[in-house]
Amino acid sequence: MFIPFSYSAKNLLTRKVTTILTASGMALVVFVFTTILMMAHGLEKTLVDTGSYDNGVVIRKGSGAEMMSWVSRSQASIVESDPQVAIGIDGKPLFAKELNVLISLPKKGDNKQSNVTIRGVGDASLKLRPQVQLVEGHMPKPGSSEVAAGWSVAKRFQGINVGERLRFGMREWTIVGIFDAGNTGYNSEIWGDNDQLMQAFRRPVYSSLVFKLQDSSEFGKLKERIEKDPRMNHEVKRETKYYADQSEIMAKFLRILGMSLTVMFSLGAVIGAMITMYASVASRVAEIGTMRALGFQRRSILGAFLLESLLLSLAGGLAGLFFASFLQFFTISTMNFQTFSELAFNFSLNFNIAFKSLVFSLIMGFIGGALPALRASRMNIVDALRQA
Amino acid sequence: MYIIKLLIKNAFRHKLRTCLTVLSVAIAILSFGLLRTVIDAWYAGVQASSASRLVTRHAVSIILTLPISYKEKIRQIEGVKLVSYGIWFGGFYIEEKNFFANFAVEPKTFLEQYPEYIFKPDEKAAFLRDKKAFAAGAKLVKKYGWKIGDIVTLKGTIYPGNWEFVLRGIYKGRDKNTDDSQFFFHFDYLNEILKKTVPARADRVGHYVIEVTSPDLVADVATRVDKTFYNSIAETLTETEKAFQLGFVSMSDAIITALRLVTFIVIVIILAVVANTINMTARERIGEYSVFKTLGFGGWRIAGLLFGESFIITMMGCTAGIILTFPAARTFANTVGSYFPTFNVTMDTILLDITFSILVGILASVIPTWRSIKTPIADGLRRIG
Repeated sequence: MFIPFSYSAKNLLTRKVTTILTASGMALVVFVFTTILMMAHGLEKTLVDTGSYDNGVVIRKGSGAEMMSWVSRSQASIVESDPQVAIGIDGKPLFAKELNVLISLPKKGDNKQSNVTIRGVGDASLKLRPQVQLVEGHMPKPGSSEVAAGWSVAKRFQGINVGERLRFGMREWTIVGIFDAGNTGYNSEIWGDNDQLMQAFRRPVYSSLVFKLQDSSEFGKLKERIEKDPRMNHEVKRETKYYADQSEIMAKFLRILGMSLTVMFSLGAVIGAMITMYASVASRVAEIGTMRALGFQRRSILGAFLLESLLLSLAGGLAGLFFASFLQFFTISTMNFQTFSELAFNFSLNFNIAFKSLVFSLIMGFIGGALPALRASRMNIVDALRQA
Repeated sequence: MYIIKLLIKNAFRHKLRTCLTVLSVAIAILSFGLLRTVIDAWYAGVQASSASRLVTRHAVSIILTLPISYKEKIRQIEGVKLVSYGIWFGGFYIEEKNFFANFAVEPKTFLEQYPEYIFKPDEKAAFLRDKKAFAAGAKLVKKYGWKIGDIVTLKGTIYPGNWEFVLRGIYKGRDKNTDDSQFFFHFDYLNEILKKTVPARADRVGHYVIEVTSPDLVADVATRVDKTFYNSIAETLTETEKAFQLGFVSMSDAIITALRLVTFIVIVIILAVVANTINMTARERIGEYSVFKTLGFGGWRIAGLLFGESFIITMMGCTAGIILTFPAARTFANTVGSYFPTFNVTMDTILLDITFSILVGILASVIPTWRSIKTPIADGLRRIG
């Protein structure tokens, strides 16, 4: 025979202050837990969405990121002539030789300097990245001192507007366009003509090569061809893999930090739930005795108290999740340890994270409620009734 | 005396509940202390740096290099006492996860400018003499079990290839926050190999470190240096070492802000737990307090009893938490030591621990106290459980 659900629910409502205090402790823990998951997911999503699966990236072996890589002009032509490089409708290969350098610019608000990636792009660069859409102005013309800025650079740094000028590499550059690359890392970059930028920074070599694959399934063969070529000292990665690798250190850092915080905090919340539930049991000894005398089984009592604890933690979990979901409206930026440049990303919530957070809160409730519920169910009828 | 005895007796009337509360306060204080220490460790580089040393780097970006010929020009600038230079090498030992700071430096001037690195005199001389030599901090040497005379190979990321060095000197930090996990070697060694292999990259340094003749001249010298190279091939940016280090820290602003926020969340969580306990206590004792009131005790006495109990509980937790922070910080430092060169629990952290515990003790007892004072005697006596 089961004790009605309303018994457990009403018990929580009777002791409002205690219920609110315990649930809010849990809500905070769930809030932190969810936030960290959302941050890691947002970061991963941004970097993984940045690449496209059918594109290949060539960087120098062991360099890890474009910024520390270089490709000479002759090496670039070796890759360009590979049969796996797709040809566009205009008959030119979908192949971009790019430059990647960092400059520091002052941020809006606090005027602090932060690093922004400057990407020298070629004709095919835009075609290789269909997600990049122009919002304002136009893209830089080849051979000119024009640059276009990603949307989140324009938002976070000073003086990034169409028509304004930037000074770096001993030259003035005119900002002619703002582009939006959706939820990708390109939004944190400034693009300009490759040859002009190479001259300005006195770099005789490219940083990386990006190209579209003729036949995506033949990637393995192309990789082998290029990596085994004695004239090259480079590695080829699918663009998605390249960006996923870049998020590795940050994602790991967030995971370690997040897990240690969550473990410590949840201990506090579990203890809070335990205190509440023990008190709840203690103040209802007579009630429990009566119920047992009426014929309710031990496991029904156990179930009722566990249910109470689970309801309590679910309330906390829902509240924590509710507040964490508002974080989706925020964009945060952090230094990507692999490239030393700023990367903006959003907190991103999905069903999986919401589910994990609620399960996590229920686990806390279960652990916190198990011992008190066990105590309640083990009570001896006669003793319990006598105590009243 | 009597009142304290009563408070302690009261606090332990519900042994299990009090122990659990104390435990949760201890955990919270422990996490607060650890988080604060992590934030401190982040700023360790800033604290260890001197405000009288200047760092000159490329104005556009830290990753761009400056010509070595600037050295002479900087030396001629008024107010400059000593110029040293170096470059971030960015190599790793065997595997990429073995990350530590490694620089190529001009050894003689470098050691003069950084008196906080303490060497044995014979090791110092040996390090200066041998071009293939490297010197490393005691902590790093201990981590990888190197001995004087060992050959260590670094894999270059910025400068590809395997680079061999011989350990000639081990330094100890003079101050508690000196980073004793760095690795530095002769700039000439790097430069000579580059001259042969990639001449375009040779004769370039990452930064100049300038010591000024008098600390008051710091700002003037910085302006003079930058003016000298204004509109040249590589414009410079000169700032104090402190500002330079702070620049690195500010790039990871978001994480530090998040950590700071989280430290406050911990406090709020314990507040909720302690407040809950005190609230229960007060509710259970409403009858008792009504008897007190009938006997003529004032409301402030009841307030004192509740507050005292809350205070005792939080302080016990606080003490346990502070004691636990030290071994926990040591374990933490051993696990993630390579990310944070120094990891010390500061006096400030402990003072903050205590301040917050007192605050929690007071705040947690406010509502229950108010409720027990306001409850009319008749209601209190009538009430059961």
